[in-house]
Amino acid sequence: MRDFLVGHYFYWFIFLLMTIGLAGIILKRNLIKKVIGMSILQVAIILFFVASASKWDATVPILDPALGAADVTKYINPLPHCLMLTAIVVGVATSGVAFALIIMIWRRFRTLDENELLEKLKHDPD
Amino acid sequence: MIPTNAPALAPLIFLFAALIIPLAAFKVRRLAWVLAIAAAAAAAAVSVWNIFRVLESGTFHYRFGGWPPPLGIEYVLDPLSAFITAVINLTALVVLVHSHLTVAAELPERKHVPYYALVMLMMSGFNGIVLTGDFFNLYVFLEIASLALYGLIAVGDRKSPVAAFRYLVIGMVGGGFYLLGVGFLYINSGSLNMADLKAILPAVGAGPEIIVALCFMVLGFGIKMALFPLHGWLPDAYTYAPTATSSLMAPIGTKIGAYGLLRVLFFVFGVNFVTRTVPLAQVVSWLAAAGILYGSIMAMAQDELKRMLAFSSIAQVGYIGLGIGLANSLGLLGAVLHVLNHGLMKACLFLVAGNFRLRLGHSRIRALDSGARRRMPWTSAAFTLAALSMIGLPPTVGFFSKWYLALGTIRNRSWVFLAVILASSLLNAVYFFRVIERLYLRPALRDNEGREAEGRTEAAPSMLLPTLVLAASLIVIGLLNAVIVNGLLVRFLPPGLEIVFP
Repeated sequence: MRDFLVGHYFYWFIFLLMTIGLAGIILKRNLIKKVIGMSILQVAIILFFVASASKWDATVPILDPALGAADVTKYINPLPHCLMLTAIVVGVATSGVAFALIIMIWRRFRTLDENELLEKLKHDPD
Repeated sequence: MIPTNAPALAPLIFLFAALIIPLAAFKVRRLAWVLAIAAAAAAAAVSVWNIFRVLESGTFHYRFGGWPPPLGIEYVLDPLSAFITAVINLTALVVLVHSHLTVAAELPERKHVPYYALVMLMMSGFNGIVLTGDFFNLYVFLEIASLALYGLIAVGDRKSPVAAFRYLVIGMVGGGFYLLGVGFLYINSGSLNMADLKAILPAVGAGPEIIVALCFMVLGFGIKMALFPLHGWLPDAYTYAPTATSSLMAPIGTKIGAYGLLRVLFFVFGVNFVTRTVPLAQVVSWLAAAGILYGSIMAMAQDELKRMLAFSSIAQVGYIGLGIGLANSLGLLGAVLHVLNHGLMKACLFLVAGNFRLRLGHSRIRALDSGARRRMPWTSAAFTLAALSMIGLPPTVGFFSKWYLALGTIRNRSWVFLAVILASSLLNAVYFFRVIERLYLRPALRDNEGREAEGRTEAAPSMLLPTLVLAASLIVIGLLNAVIVNGLLVRFLPPGLEIVFP
């Protein structure tokens, strides 16, 4: 049990970060804070991948003549990092689109508070 | 050269069109639509041709950059992906022909070119999702398609940015969950390739990580396909989006989520895993059954035609989910056939709503009467035919997929689901006849000067033709469904569920 808790400590923090992100998306009423929650959730997932690549006593995945290429345990796994480069780009694009939508919403309804927005939408003729 | 590269052609055609349209149409805006049609026609031709090639010589694998699969990204053209790409590309072609006038009427002129570029980007994403054989590549395409879709929704009515924002938040969480599932899967198996994973997973066993991975992936696809109760984004997005967007995303968008679900459940994890080890298929089928009833009942309460169709979409996606969840050969056949059928029916109905909006200025059900029908007889006829198909009257296509689904429930002895299918057909009849009754029987309202609106103001040919083509296809494909099912669909069935029709 102790091994499970301590050995996975990094994942517990990622789990916490993910919960914070989801709570931000669900509980916060301000649209910008929702986007912040989204970003936190994305970062948590990115860290999850990156953390999964790490190994004890291993170095960056660049061929080192002293270590050779035969023993893969000497290098950490580069693939999750490459995947997460793409995921970071996706996250940036999502945030960008989200902010563009927020600007549109602000220009039309002059509010970013979800409750006020729903109230205004209800009285807004189509 | 082209035959060997065919699996990768459809997404790449759309991707290049998305890049070329803003450049080529910089001076001449009309070019945007022409290029979009050309790209869609080329992609549709390629994907129809792919069907015949798959039937002739089996599954094709295309390796990007020549890297072999576990390392490189692989595109797989098998009977299922060939069928789905053909369906989405043909539907997109027909809808794009129709979109010319609605986009011109609903969007300011400076947005036309980016709009078509985004449509191309979205279609590229959808084709990529269907064709890829790599889980992470699927995520990237999922996000490409979703990001383009957010933009396409946000250019609609006054309230559309709010709908798009809500979809963005929910869609991002769905994509994130999917990615998390892929992460768990990768950590435990060391592979991202679907075929490779299928070989590895039995050896890995059903540890908690694998089960969590599967649940996260199903959750992600469930959000994308609007499986009840993850459908919250759908009604507003369909209602406030421009006509062209809603008639593209209703037939195509949610089906992609269903396709992903089908791939993951039956082609990677396998029937035994998802029904016995982890009874996830049963969960999907119960949620889908709840969605069928919820969508049908909510659809009856709507006053706006597009909103009614949106709720009806939730119900129809439920049919697909139910077929997947039944996890037997007949249910899966019904589900995949319903992807085609619902694509055609919903596209036709949304095009009708678009015709009403452009010619009558609204698509409120309560304001429709026989005057509207007299002004637009062909559009009304197309609506009626599609509505009958939605209800499931033979010989329209809607009957046959429901027939397979009903047979699937009988084979599983799940009488509750059979009752749900029958009850929802009745509910479909209620909410569609509400509209048909108004169009054909309600006397026309007189306007302020006491005279009926006279003359036929049928939709323009470029809008009417796609609507009628879709309506006619409902009958034609309904009559030809045995050819499609026996010739093509039985060949996609996953291992463990094959059947041979007598």
